[in-house]
Amino acid sequence: MKNFFTILFFTSFATSLFAQNQWICKDGTTSFFSATAVEDISAKNKKVASLLDISSKEIVVKMYINQFQFTNQLMEEHFNENYLESDKFPTSVFQGKIQEDIDFKKVGEYPISAIGTLQMHGISKKTRISGKVKVEKGKITLDAKFDVLLPEFGIEVPSIVVAKVSEKMAVTNHFIYLPKP
Amino acid sequence: MKNNSSFLQKLFFFLLLSNASSGQDLLDELDKNIEVPKQFSIATFKSTRVINGHSVETMAKKHLDFRIAHRFGTLGNGAYELWGLDNATMRISLEYGLTDRLMVGVSRSSLQKTYDYLVKYKLVRQTTEKGSPVSITAIALADAITLESSPSFQFYRNIERFSYVGQLLIARKMNENLSLQLSPTLLHRNSVEDVGEANTWAVLGVSGRMKLTKRTSINGEYFYRVPLENGRIGVISPTSLYRNSLSIGFDIETGGHVFQLHFTNSVGMVERQFLVQTDGRWLKGDVHYGFNISRTFSFDKKNK
Repeated sequence: MKNFFTILFFTSFATSLFAQNQWICKDGTTSFFSATAVEDISAKNKKVASLLDISSKEIVVKMYINQFQFTNQLMEEHFNENYLESDKFPTSVFQGKIQEDIDFKKVGEYPISAIGTLQMHGISKKTRISGKVKVEKGKITLDAKFDVLLPEFGIEVPSIVVAKVSEKMAVTNHFIYLPKP
Repeated sequence: MKNNSSFLQKLFFFLLLSNASSGQDLLDELDKNIEVPKQFSIATFKSTRVINGHSVETMAKKHLDFRIAHRFGTLGNGAYELWGLDNATMRISLEYGLTDRLMVGVSRSSLQKTYDYLVKYKLVRQTTEKGSPVSITAIALADAITLESSPSFQFYRNIERFSYVGQLLIARKMNENLSLQLSPTLLHRNSVEDVGEANTWAVLGVSGRMKLTKRTSINGEYFYRVPLENGRIGVISPTSLYRNSLSIGFDIETGGHVFQLHFTNSVGMVERQFLVQTDGRWLKGDVHYGFNISRTFSFDKKNK
């Protein structure tokens, strides 16, 4: 009995030290785009952070809203001040779990989907995000795309600019994970 | 023996629990690994002007501001003059951000056919946490009257047509709705049209804006002026035609435009004109309706 627990005790250490469950991405890219007849809106955030736990299949993504960069500075100012209100809600977070049974130690490309909560502008919504993951030696790359409907997150588009700002934003994500030291 | 095994049991379960990562634990772990970006206050004012005077804002790099402003005649002129709308003075300007902190501009006003030039630099930006509690912007302006010499205002040499203004604009975004600004100013003009008026002035501007909705605000502005004679604080001549500039306005922002609609006792839009040559008296109906329209164009092609 004592031996059993001694072995289990050392095994639990082994799990945490040698299997490298957590993979981290510190400068992932999230960009969004919408096109209307009058104007295109696009912005990119190159400082998105994410943590992927390959044993529990959990994933978290966090980004600061004021790090989205636009070519038009005025658009960036309105995005922060009027639309996302980034002084009140500085971040956007996704917490979810990967649905497929993927062996993250085997090199290859796999389609992937995660179900979890997307929180933005102070509102949380259950979301399903799909994409693909590419496993290479020492590197995991995740690409995912999904659409955000602005009214679902309480983001109002005033009628005066409705011709310029579409209510649906196409969001693209590209994260490269390295083992967390 | 029994104690050892129960100790190991507890240790094992403790380790098992500490290895398990729930969603919140994973998020906390992520937070430990990223740094919170520094937050600079943005949009202290919606435009580079509060009403007549400058705000701490400048144009972003490679962005151009095209501005048109009008000041009409006085409301006191009554219905015949359509409360001043029949008499308009105009100002047209182009202001450009060379960097995110440095802006240059050139304008032409119909009043006295004045050209004015400006250089504006953001010295300090307000941060939300540690850092500066205020934003400070410095501005240097020069204006030139290109009106032909006349018996009432004679220019013997071209340099006499010039005036110079230096301002330090100090503003604080108190909260999302209220911003306040102080504008200590020094003004010097090479020649003076009116007898008894000083060439050099110190002026203190007090201005602010209060947001009513996300895209509209009420703005106010007052400039208190003090003449400087031979380097010392002077006294305003009792026969002076001029008074301090006081204005109240309403801003509407739509996409790329900012419309500023206001009432002011100053008819001039150049600093020299509204700081020390305001002759309207609010209580006597010498109030001018006016507006500024600003349109921002971005020439920044690359996504940074």
